[in-house]
Amino acid sequence: MKKSDPSPRDTSFAEYNALVLGMRILVFLGLLLVGPACEGQGVELMKLEPLRQTIQQEQRVQVINFWATWCGPCLKELPLFEKLNGERSDIRILLVSLDMDLDPDPQKVRSFVARKKLKSTVIILDERNPNEWIDKLEKSWSGAIPATLVINNKTGKRRFVERELHAGELEKLISEIE
Amino acid sequence: MKRVIFGMIALLALGAGAPVGNGYEIGDTVADFKLKNFDDRMVSLSDYKNTKGFIVIFDCNTCPYSKAYNSRIIALHEKYGNQGFPVITINPNDPTISKGDSFEKMAANATSKGYKFPYLVDETQSVAKAFGATNTPHVFVLRKDGKGLKVAYIGAIDNSSSDQSAVSKRYVEEAVDALLGNGAVTVTKTKAIGCGIKWKNS
Repeated sequence: MKKSDPSPRDTSFAEYNALVLGMRILVFLGLLLVGPACEGQGVELMKLEPLRQTIQQEQRVQVINFWATWCGPCLKELPLFEKLNGERSDIRILLVSLDMDLDPDPQKVRSFVARKKLKSTVIILDERNPNEWIDKLEKSWSGAIPATLVINNKTGKRRFVERELHAGELEKLISEIE
Repeated sequence: MKRVIFGMIALLALGAGAPVGNGYEIGDTVADFKLKNFDDRMVSLSDYKNTKGFIVIFDCNTCPYSKAYNSRIIALHEKYGNQGFPVITINPNDPTISKGDSFEKMAANATSKGYKFPYLVDETQSVAKAFGATNTPHVFVLRKDGKGLKVAYIGAIDNSSSDQSAVSKRYVEEAVDALLGNGAVTVTKTKAIGCGIKWKNS
């Protein structure tokens, strides 16, 4: 049987090495280019039910902020959550993006998270029809953002605030449910 | 004692500027108001003698949801204005917080869009607070009965803000159609994501 089929084995060793090197350089350059944009790639899309489960299962005090990249007051209060996230490992901070409701492009959120170098856990809520899911998260919530839920599963206490928070308020809410 | 006082002050501070949970419920009678329109005219609900009700919408220039719904708000007035349910839009945002919601910018916006309905400025935010409006756009459908104006529907315009072709529930239209047919409104309250009203000092 003649070995005429073109396959990598037919390529000479030198050619093969050059090919591998070339690909490595390409991958390296590629990473240099897209590296910064990849930071936001850890930002997951999540449906309502898994979100509710992860909130219910958490043992630490949780601060869950509902925000969107288009929401000015939300962006103004983001540093408060980032600061708390850096200071208190005993508190779980979850930034839930509601961007998909208006513009179903998760990349916009991921780029934002990368650009702002957010350290808190960000998830993108992957739901439509808010009228069906808002009540399942918080009955008193009209749906306006920013909104923040502070919850302690151990004491069963929770606080919900439907407006922009200012310095010091988050700590007060947390002390009320601890 | 100090702690109790401190706690009370903290609670008061947290509650300030966020009149959530107050406001009208379905069936409540609405108090009249008098607010300045974008054309400098003062407008009251009682100015309208021959209407069957109103579609009152708390709205603004700046919120992406208001922008997404703008053509649908204009269409609501086109459809129901001469059937006895005119649209009245009210901007409650504090323009010192939301610069794009100044009276001048409201007037420019309403003029360029050719509004045939009022776009009122709620300078003291007292009307938004009386209604219990929380976000923009936030709709209150009112119906006239012998004793005054009653709230018949509170909530969103429809169930798809971003993609108009995906709308499967037109809440406001369904409510007004029911009222026009002397029927009962089936869905009286809905919720939607929206921009929180920019309250003063909050």
